[in-house]
Amino acid sequence: MLAQIRTAVLMIVVLTVLTGIAYPLAITGVAQVLFPDQADGSLIERDGVVIGSELIGQGFVDRTDEDGPTYGRTLAGYFRGRPSAAFVEDGILVSSGSNYGPTNRVLIDRVAADVAVVRQENGLAAAIEIPIDLVTASASGLDPHISPASAAIQIARVARERGVDEARVRELVNDHTEGRTLGFLGEPRVHVLNLNLALDEEAPMPAAGAAGG
Amino acid sequence: MSNALLLIAYFGVLLAMTKPVGLFMARVFSGERTVLHPVVAPVERGIYRLTGVDETKEMRWTTYAVAMLLFNLAGFLVVYLLQRLQRGLPLNPRELSGIEPRSAFNTAVSFVTNTNWQGYYPEITMGYLTQMSGLTVQNFVSAATGIAVAIALVRGFARRSSREIGNFWVDLTRATLYVLLPLSIVMAVFLVARGVPQNLNDYTAAVGLGGETVLIPQGPVASQEAPKMIGTNGGGFFNANSAHPYENPTPLTNFVQMVAIFLIPAGLTYTFGRMVGNTKQGWAIFAAMSALFFVGVAVTTVAEQSGNPLLTDAGASQETTVNGESTPGGNMESKETRFGIAASSLFAVITTAASCGAVNAMHDSFTPLGGMVPLANIGLGEVIFGGVGAGLYGILVYSVLAIFIAGLMVGRTPEYLGKKIEPYDVKMAMLVTLVLPLSILGFTGVAMATDEALASRWNPAAHGLSEILYAFTSATGNNGSAFAGISANTPFFNPTLGMAMLIGRFLMIVPILALAGNLAHKQRATVTAGTFPTTGPLWIGLLVGVILIVGALTYFPAYTLGPVVEHFQMRNGITFSLE
Repeated sequence: MLAQIRTAVLMIVVLTVLTGIAYPLAITGVAQVLFPDQADGSLIERDGVVIGSELIGQGFVDRTDEDGPTYGRTLAGYFRGRPSAAFVEDGILVSSGSNYGPTNRVLIDRVAADVAVVRQENGLAAAIEIPIDLVTASASGLDPHISPASAAIQIARVARERGVDEARVRELVNDHTEGRTLGFLGEPRVHVLNLNLALDEEAPMPAAGAAGG
Repeated sequence: MSNALLLIAYFGVLLAMTKPVGLFMARVFSGERTVLHPVVAPVERGIYRLTGVDETKEMRWTTYAVAMLLFNLAGFLVVYLLQRLQRGLPLNPRELSGIEPRSAFNTAVSFVTNTNWQGYYPEITMGYLTQMSGLTVQNFVSAATGIAVAIALVRGFARRSSREIGNFWVDLTRATLYVLLPLSIVMAVFLVARGVPQNLNDYTAAVGLGGETVLIPQGPVASQEAPKMIGTNGGGFFNANSAHPYENPTPLTNFVQMVAIFLIPAGLTYTFGRMVGNTKQGWAIFAAMSALFFVGVAVTTVAEQSGNPLLTDAGASQETTVNGESTPGGNMESKETRFGIAASSLFAVITTAASCGAVNAMHDSFTPLGGMVPLANIGLGEVIFGGVGAGLYGILVYSVLAIFIAGLMVGRTPEYLGKKIEPYDVKMAMLVTLVLPLSILGFTGVAMATDEALASRWNPAAHGLSEILYAFTSATGNNGSAFAGISANTPFFNPTLGMAMLIGRFLMIVPILALAGNLAHKQRATVTAGTFPTTGPLWIGLLVGVILIVGALTYFPAYTLGPVVEHFQMRNGITFSLE
């Protein structure tokens, strides 16, 4: 028994050194040499300032008005991302889904409120439908993508707010649309942050308040 | 269409890898040479020398069980202490404080039992050293423990007139060095290449385009992510787990993660067949698992793609083509765009069929029937490929029960793999089978009668029951996924869920080792015309039937009050509010 206890203690120590120190540090070393950008979080800089990560979505909505159930109003000139249940604590971005069940009134009211906001902001005719992904919260709250259908209904508004041709905006949307990997993996999707960055670059907001909100 | 293609591609890859992986593991655990031996064998010998293990000395089941329990206790203490003391330890750039005792207990039990239930928000709770040297280590060794126990049980079937079932230290070391570590190294490097971070930097301050500044969490993510999937652990580096774009950035990483979950469990069916001397026995188990797997995938995918009629009423379209453009459609609440419905549904079924518990979508927001499949997968004992090791020993227990029932029907002493199944064996099998529902339904019953527990619900009505039922199902089944709206980091749930995890792990493993010891001692009877065959379709059907009947009879009443009733409420447009 005593020998077994000794072995148990030594074994957890040895395996901790191997799999809990040597292994992660070795992977860190390899990662930093071979794939330094990815290893550091695929960060994006603009004018020397880190503005985010290519993988982490930003909402592009004004959340200062938290009275109603709605996720918020879209920042002028930008494509809107998906609703998010992520939150900030001690300054740290904490990932989270909404976790609302399918018969929860809060969920149904939130979707209805965001449908109304999207319809009104984009001046959509009654025949135009709202794609589900644009009014449902993502699992992480950090989804960097929306579907092509969700981008399409925002093109006219963005073009108007930025004072550029709809055709040019549509072109930029297409440039930032990715198809299914190998034809069956994942979903067609538009990268919202990259698209909005490209818009700032190629079609800056006219004079007043480019940053919106 | 892409839904079906995804499933076909997934299953094709799994099928193709089962034999090579299984054969490799059979060689490793039989002490034969493999391609890795020139590199790994010296490390293995070094570990035995440092820890005083005599690799030639085998153990009886009691010694094996004691060694296993002592090792797990030591592991628990390391994880517990790292959490409690992390404030004063290095690699904690955010200076996160030590974790309070009940939460630290819950998390330590959770990772040691291969459950990886997480009551905390990792981004704001766990320092890098705790993640690396506490949680990542258990991602390896809790998985290795499961593999060791499964191999010990297989030896019980394979040997005759033997008192010994192997050496725990050797099985543990070999599972870690030859199987889990090499696969994790390859997968971690792949994940970094596709965007998963691997650094020890402080969190990144970023000024978003909207003007707000946030700290984006960083850390040694890839090195934890790889064994998280390969060892069917499932504990996320971040709160959103494999839905977080840093843990699972692309549809391809998602596919690889799904393959990683089933890789060893599927391989072990072949290992089993080879070690008992008839690979058809392994493939029969594989076939029974596959049949149950396809049913689950079909139900969840159809339920999720059909969507939630209440959201249609709220003005959103759940079609896959809207205004002539593409969208995932279906119930996209708490799912990621890049995965859509197909890869989210498939992932949910895989992660609960196995005892993984990683999620790439929030099960709490699934449709009632879509979410019932994960619940039932765990409730059945995670025998649909199952956890690494745990899936195989779980289904072998069902096999013992199935052959016992078949024996009763034809009126002769049942034999499985030439071993006479006698009262002692059936008692151990029944103990294992009964522990699971006793803990799940017992704890759920207590929680439903406790105001403090009810206050932890995030969703109202039937869904609130589902949340609590899911929590104890997940903890007892050592799964770790959740209907995650529930606030489980409370004085009620931390200890009760911790106990459920311990019961579900060790009150399973110890009787299984006893069974292994008893079986190893028996002679192997020769196969005659009167022996009930355990390879063909009849056997596979019987095995599937026993799994479903045991599961259905046990949980049907509870599921009726939770997901089933909510399904009809949803179809009839009824909604609920908390109080």
